[in-house]
Order: sequence, then structure tokens, then C-alpha cells
Amino acid sequence: MNIPESLKYTKDHEWIKVEGNTGIIGVTDYAQGELGDVVFVDIDPNLTEISIGDAFGTIEAVKTVSDLFAPCDGKILEVNTKLADEPQAVNSDPYGEGWLVKIEITNPDQLNELLSSDDYKAQLA
Amino acid sequence: MKKTKFNSVHKKLNAKLVDFVGYEMPIQYSSIINEHKAVRNSVGVFDVSHMGQVFVSGEKALDFVQYITTNDASKLTSGKVQYSAMCYENGGIVDDLLVYRVDENNFMLVINASNIDKDFEWMVKNNKFGVELRNESDAYSLLAIQGPNSKNTLQKICNKEIDLEYYTFFTSEIAGVEMIVSRTGYTGELGYEIYFKGDEETAEKIWNEVFEAGKEYDIQPVGLGARDSLRLEMGYCLYGNDIDQTTNPLEAGLGWITKLKKGEFLGSADIIKAKEAGLKRKLVALTTDEKAFPRKGYELSVNGEIVGIVTSGTVSPILEKAIALGYVQSDLAVEGNTINFLIRGKEISAQIVKLPFVKK
Repeated sequence: MNIPESLKYTKDHEWIKVEGNTGIIGVTDYAQGELGDVVFVDIDPNLTEISIGDAFGTIEAVKTVSDLFAPCDGKILEVNTKLADEPQAVNSDPYGEGWLVKIEITNPDQLNELLSSDDYKAQLA
Repeated sequence: MKKTKFNSVHKKLNAKLVDFVGYEMPIQYSSIINEHKAVRNSVGVFDVSHMGQVFVSGEKALDFVQYITTNDASKLTSGKVQYSAMCYENGGIVDDLLVYRVDENNFMLVINASNIDKDFEWMVKNNKFGVELRNESDAYSLLAIQGPNSKNTLQKICNKEIDLEYYTFFTSEIAGVEMIVSRTGYTGELGYEIYFKGDEETAEKIWNEVFEAGKEYDIQPVGLGARDSLRLEMGYCLYGNDIDQTTNPLEAGLGWITKLKKGEFLGSADIIKAKEAGLKRKLVALTTDEKAFPRKGYELSVNGEIVGIVTSGTVSPILEKAIALGYVQSDLAVEGNTINFLIRGKEISAQIVKLPFVKK
């Protein structure tokens, strides 16, 4: 199970990579494994903001559908449009090509509530 | 949790195992989509040992089978198989099953894992013919070898020429073990199901020989995930989704296995009544070109009004679009009609189409 130390995690099996006041969000290796083959990532292309804990899209796999929950508040800078043609990137490269959205973090204090890689690993155990 | 004789094989292959109606079963090994395509394009192997086998023996075995099942078992000669159903008095479905005629006075009934205890009790309760009923579900292992290269694979390790018509079977040795070899399956492909008794060691030996024989065809282990998507592409019903105790076989499109003229059988009186009164709803096949992922339990609507419910849905790995089965009120169940999937409050236009979704 790949759980990079440099990222922060949520209980809902998402990760966020924080660089200054921007954040890149995706789902974890564990999540993609549980979902199985991802066939569609549904994030509203007109989405401008996300709020902590709110669903900002869905991820459809062959067997199941799962909501995507915002790990913190943010303004959308970019949605990974490549996933429209290659949703399977979420399976093959969940921490890289399979990223979901890039945000401007508007409430950095919320990041303190997220899990470290060790905390996340402990949650999975 | 119950385990099949192949449990350690699945673990060695790193399968994702889930609790499926009390059995620890592989849902997938690598990827549902890849496993699905392996079956459509070449050959795949499913462990479906969780399925149940009940043997019916006695002079009145045929009378018993005729009474508890909907299809006409008198049409079965030895070595033939028939798809059928068992119904309650009210016409609701107890289970769907395969009926094997072993010989004049012996039948094997193959039933769903989820229903083994319920079905066996139902058979015992309705055994007014004095037949012997043996539930051998735990003793038998069952592998399904499915796909265009299934015959080429099995022929290499079978001591008889495999020259079976669809829905027939014989007894032969595969990998040196005596077993029932049946040309049946749940995928729509050329395929076989092999039934045998034996311990884990025997099971593993058979598995290994099948995979060795299929090596040149890139044979793949296939989990229950792809089993579901393969059957849905063909429009085959799944008990617990598309049929159950609340649906009668006519609504479910199973009129072709419901022989109301064969004489009285369990459920026949109420099924005839329901037919005469007019069916209230029908199972239909739906597809859409829009990006949509209909799933079991989603509602179906027309002009904002709920007209039915999805009972099975997925994205077809072959067509790469949404396919679903669902019940709609009868007047709307017409090919070409537009019915909407109601997905998280949004109506997505879909069309009623003819089955199978994937034409062979």
C-alpha cells in the first residue's frame, strides 16, 4: 500500500498535497483499490469553490459510486480534465496523473485537522 | 465465513475477497474490465463452488421436478439441462435454477448460493412424491470455464472428445478426476461448467491443470465482479436483483421457461391469474449514450413521475456505456420508448432496447 509521507490525508481516503497556499487533491491508493476500475470522475466543470466536508463530485467505478468530500475550504484553480478520457489514471497513478482538483486553500487552519501518513496508515490497519 | 476448496488459490493470486452471502469469494483478481474482456476475447475461469447442488432420486423424480419448477422437465432426456425457476404459491420466485437430467429417475438441481437452505427446505416441504432429496452443495466444487477458447483449453485435459451441444452434459475425466462437464454458463460465450467432488488438493490440481492448458490462450481467473457485468451484457436475470419472491416469472420476461400448459405446478394458478388480469409491470432493458451510471435501486421516471426502478446496472466494458435492467409499468414497457434514469435528482434519458445488449 502506497501512502506517501509528504501528503496529508482524510478519513474518507483522500489526500491533499500542500504547496504554499495551493493544494492538489486526489484519492488514496487504498481508495482506488477498494473502488476497483474507475470509469468516470464527475466533477462539475463550473465548480468554483469547495467547502470542508461537502461533496464536490462523485467517482464512478464499475461496481460502485463514491462521493468526493472536500478536505478543506478552497477556490478551484483547476479540474483534472484529462480524467474525462482516462479515468483509469485514478487506478494506475492515484497520487500523480490521477489527481482530481487543484485549489487555493482559503482556510489553512483546517489543514491541522488532517491525518499524517502514519495516522492514515493506522486508520487502515 | 464459508470457504470454497479454491480459497487458498485465490489468496495466492492476491484476489480481492469479499463476503458474498456468507462465502469468502473473489470479487476481482486484477481488474473487472480486464477479466470481463478475457472472457469475451479468449477464456476465463470462475470459482462458483458456492452454488448449490441438490440431487433428486426416485421413481417419481420427474413428477417432483415438474411440480416444483416452472419449465417442462418432461422435455429433458438424459444428458440435457434446462433453465427453470421455482415459485411460491403466489407466483413469486423462490429461485432460478438449472435442472440436469442425469437419467430416468435422477436429477441434479443447481441453485443459487444465497438460497441453498431456503430452497432445500422448500423442496423437502413440497415432496409429496416420496423422492429422495440430497443437498450435496458442500461436497461439490464448481468451476466455470468460459470464452471462445474454453473448448480448446478443456479438450487438452479431458479424456473424451468434448462434443457437447448447448445445455447438455456428460461425465468424463478432466485432469484425471471424474466430473460432470456441462456446456452451460452465465456469460453468453461458449463455455463449460465442471462439477466435481474432492478435497482442496484435488481442487488445486484441477485449477492448475486448467490454467496450464489455457496458458497459450492467456487464460485468466475471473471474479464475481466480471461475472455480474458479463451476465448483465446478456440480460440474464440475477436472483436478489432482477427476480425475487416479489416478482413473478412473467413480469421478469421468463415466460419462455414458464410452461403454463404443462399441467399444474407450484405457483401456476396464481401466475395464470396474474396473466389474465394483465401484468402490472415488466422487466425491461435500458441503455443510454449519455454519461450515466445507473445502479440497483435508482428510480426510473417519465416527465418527473416515478414509473419504475433499476434492478441491475453497470457500465458495459464492451459497449463502454450504461446498461441496466429495471421494472416499469407495463404500458411503458415498449422497445424504443424513452424512460429516464433518476440519478441524484437528475433525469437522464435512456431507451428501452432488445436484449442482449452485446450481440454475439
